[in-house]
Amino acid sequence: MIISTIAFYLFAAMTIASAFMVISAKNPVHSVLYLILAFFNSAALFVLLGAEFIAMILIVVYVGAVAVLFLFVVMMLDINFAELRQGFLQYLPIGGLIGLILLIELILVVSGWALSPEAIQVGSQVAPTVSDLTNTEQLGHVIYTDYAYLFQIAGMILLVAMIGAIVLTNRTRPGVRKQKIAEQVYRRPEDSMAVRKVEPGQGV
Amino acid sequence: MEIGLAHYLTVSAILLTLGIFGIFLNRKNVIVILMSIELMLLAVNINLVAFSAYLGNLVGQVFALFILTVAAGEAAIGLAILVVYFRNRGTIAVEDIHHMKG
Repeated sequence: MIISTIAFYLFAAMTIASAFMVISAKNPVHSVLYLILAFFNSAALFVLLGAEFIAMILIVVYVGAVAVLFLFVVMMLDINFAELRQGFLQYLPIGGLIGLILLIELILVVSGWALSPEAIQVGSQVAPTVSDLTNTEQLGHVIYTDYAYLFQIAGMILLVAMIGAIVLTNRTRPGVRKQKIAEQVYRRPEDSMAVRKVEPGQGV
Repeated sequence: MEIGLAHYLTVSAILLTLGIFGIFLNRKNVIVILMSIELMLLAVNINLVAFSAYLGNLVGQVFALFILTVAAGEAAIGLAILVVYFRNRGTIAVEDIHHMKG
């Protein structure tokens, strides 16, 4: 019990510290690396909550795909990041004020909040967790039956995102020579060869 | 001391606030703004999974899965738009992006 408490505070503190470094790091590459650290620590928080599947998916999807995509884009674009940081201190007071107000409101909501015992029973009637199955099996039982349509829609969203990203970034540059197989196949000898009568002593 | 639901909700509240704070702090850098949005989505996911674990209800985790999907799509599309914009304009400064007069 004491170990899980220590683990919670460790991972929570690491998550918040790395999230703070994400928004305050000078170099965006460092921001992305801290973002990866934040994702890893929140995956550990999910493991503490007993949601192993979400934790592993978080690492695979966020760290493996999203964060690496960010890293690619940060390194691919040639941007003067020092120039982009010039208004940093100018926006600090208003941003800090709004963040502080929001945080106080949220903490007030969380601390003044109480769960009625009936709510737990009502909530667990919808999709109860079965104790003798692992978290992944439980999710599988729910996703492919009750939420099959939502699952399909999630797949469609990913497909649309993929097609959209490809369409947006794909471009046909002039001067790039590609192999056109159809043209090669349809090429006839009369298109590319000519028989010339060459007189002796003269060129073609 | 027992770790309760309120602990996780506090962590998620701080993460969400940091995300919003990051948007204000890095007004000029779209990449960091996108990362702040990812942080806010992560806070929402922590909220959903914490409620799911403490209420004994699996629907929260299912919904967290879908939010993860949408976040991945959003990052992909956002970064693609960013790459196209940089290719056309040579900069990603936010205050230069006002061609549509929105």
